[in-house]
Amino acid sequence: MTTLTRSAAPVVVKPGATKRSRRPRRRRSVVLMIMMIVFTVYSVFPLLWLIINATKSQASLFSSFGLWFGDGFDLFSNIAQTFSYDNGIFLHWFGNTLLYVVFGAGGATLLATVAGYGLAKYRFPGRRAVFAVVLGAVAIPGTALAVPTFLMFSSIGLTNTPWAVILPSLISPFGLYLIWVFATDAVPSELLEAARMDGASEFRTFFTISLRLLGPGIVTVLLLTIVATWNNYFLPLIMLSDPTWYPLTVGLGQWSAQASGVGAQPIFNLVITGSLMTIVPIVIAFLFLQRYWQSGLAAGSVKQ
Amino acid sequence: MKRSTRPAVRRLVTALAAGAMIGATLVGCSSGGGTTSGSDAKTGMAAVDAALKKGGTITYWTWTPAAKAQVAAFEKKYPKVHVKLVNAGTNTTEYTKLQNAIKAGSGAPDVAQIEYGVIPQFALAKSLVDLKTFGFDSLKKDYASGPWGDVTVDGGLWGLPQDSGPMAMFYNKTVFDTYGITVPKTWDEYVAAAKKLHAANPNAYITSDTGDPGQTTSMIWQAGGTPFSVKGTDITINLQDSGTKKYTEMWNPLVEGKLVAPIPGWSDDWYKALGNGTIATLLTGAWMPGVLESSVKDASGDWRVAPMPTYDGTPVNAENGGSSEAVIKQSKNQALAAGFLRWLNDSKQSVSIFVEAGGGFPSTTEALNSSEFLDAAPEYFGGQKINQVLVEGAKNVLPGFSLLPYQLYANSIFGDTVGKSYAANSDLNAGLKSWQKQLVDYGNQQGFTVTGK
Repeated sequence: MTTLTRSAAPVVVKPGATKRSRRPRRRRSVVLMIMMIVFTVYSVFPLLWLIINATKSQASLFSSFGLWFGDGFDLFSNIAQTFSYDNGIFLHWFGNTLLYVVFGAGGATLLATVAGYGLAKYRFPGRRAVFAVVLGAVAIPGTALAVPTFLMFSSIGLTNTPWAVILPSLISPFGLYLIWVFATDAVPSELLEAARMDGASEFRTFFTISLRLLGPGIVTVLLLTIVATWNNYFLPLIMLSDPTWYPLTVGLGQWSAQASGVGAQPIFNLVITGSLMTIVPIVIAFLFLQRYWQSGLAAGSVKQ
Repeated sequence: MKRSTRPAVRRLVTALAAGAMIGATLVGCSSGGGTTSGSDAKTGMAAVDAALKKGGTITYWTWTPAAKAQVAAFEKKYPKVHVKLVNAGTNTTEYTKLQNAIKAGSGAPDVAQIEYGVIPQFALAKSLVDLKTFGFDSLKKDYASGPWGDVTVDGGLWGLPQDSGPMAMFYNKTVFDTYGITVPKTWDEYVAAAKKLHAANPNAYITSDTGDPGQTTSMIWQAGGTPFSVKGTDITINLQDSGTKKYTEMWNPLVEGKLVAPIPGWSDDWYKALGNGTIATLLTGAWMPGVLESSVKDASGDWRVAPMPTYDGTPVNAENGGSSEAVIKQSKNQALAAGFLRWLNDSKQSVSIFVEAGGGFPSTTEALNSSEFLDAAPEYFGGQKINQVLVEGAKNVLPGFSLLPYQLYANSIFGDTVGKSYAANSDLNAGLKSWQKQLVDYGNQQGFTVTGK
């Protein structure tokens, strides 16, 4: 991180004055400071709104100011209601999301690690072609592929099953690319040669040596894929029609939508509380894994 | 070491195969038991009765709150039939999924809830079963004429009405009394009331309107307009016909004078405004009482129901909202699906469960004319016998109005065209003209022959 900041600074300083360095630098930092404050407010504001409004009952939501607490403190009754509404469907959705994350993100990380490592450390014909395909795949957003994937899955009868969400989640071109770049530097080829000389098989080398060296990279990819799968909305939205397979994102969308039309049943307080509870696990995951992530990103992006 | 990979590979393959099998069984499940109807000789209603007796499994997509109780009652009556109840989303969400499944050739339910405005779209795309093949046209006598007309498109019968939405004016009596406003009987009085109310209290509005295609088309309908005429694939669009102009002439002053609240319908703000008197009237379907009672509890005792204001004193009405259920052509057991549908929307038992759950305003004449229904005097409405007003309103619905066979698309671009007039508080006719232009272009691209007037 420090290297990045230091190397970035001279570039900005260049036009103007290395001599009268003090004043411009101070002015610049004020601008940066304001920008950072604005950005912090921008990021924290929705979160604050979410936390405040999760403490209100539906009636209080309608009668109180949006950015401050209402009459009562109903967070716990809201949480209890969220878990019990419609026979506890929220917990069911929570379980589904976990299922998709464990198998989807876990599987994607596994595949990306194995494939990225293989591409980085073995020379074989077609490597360049694979490289081109992976790079191309990074450029295509998953959303664009959702409809073709739906039609494909539909013709093999996999829509409306968990596989429809897990299988596409298994592919993470960016994760593969990251591991590839990371492995090139993090796993010295000399080390592998030494291991081979000592008679270790390729698998043993991978599991006992390379996997440990790849740790930060793997955690980075894991975190990225967990976030992507946890927040995945569009793919499950079009793949699934049965609410018993919905992840939290699509389920909350359905709760939100039932506020309109004939027989409307608005449950805004549950939508808000549910959203808050949906982000809690992902925030925890981030806090725990972020140091790995930082070192992973830095290691991957700076050539030593 | 290499050997250790084999079990892993095998496990993966087994897992994939198991996955494929789960998929296969689920598909098997949704496509229902047995082959088509099981009636070699029987046709019409007899085939339906036979299918109900034989049993099987069908899937039913709906977002009606009463559905769970209805399905439970049905399964009790027909123990051999299993209905898989799925809430695949509310209106547009469900239609998107339905269209996807129909296009993909699998995954659609046997029976699905479809609002009246979208029936032509699915009917003309040949996605629904014409219920005349099961002799359901003989059920016509059981329904009010308005909703029956909504499910009859191009000579076919594409669903059975669930509820109906003859329009009425819901008004907040407390607000009216506070500002000395009398209940408007004509649109001139309505506009005058809007001015008076907003002048007396700048935070109060006669109603809210940010541009909603369902609302606008219903209002045009009530003014006697027929902007869309559909004959097979020949369509004429005229969003400047005399009825439409009558409506915009009346409504423009409200939009241009900022006399309608800029609060989008069904938002949390909107519910709030209904509860605290910010919005004084609602021009909407007869299904609204259930929503008010369950979700605008703060205003209990404030609201009343009156007939829609008129242009010249003659009572005329239109419909707003309302759903039917239809049998999807993809269904592998259409006779059984039709049997479930007949019970769902034509049996006294099911309809009364539906009405009691506050899900909507019924469409069967039996339910509409029952004294229990007509004499109900809910406390929420200050003891007013609201159903008498609403049922009376249903009799004045103008016949002959229709929507487009690509209404979903039309609704989706309403905000980009007419919505601009609302955003700028300017003449709605300009927005309607640009809506028409885009609708004509789109229709022609889709293979219809569309003329814009």
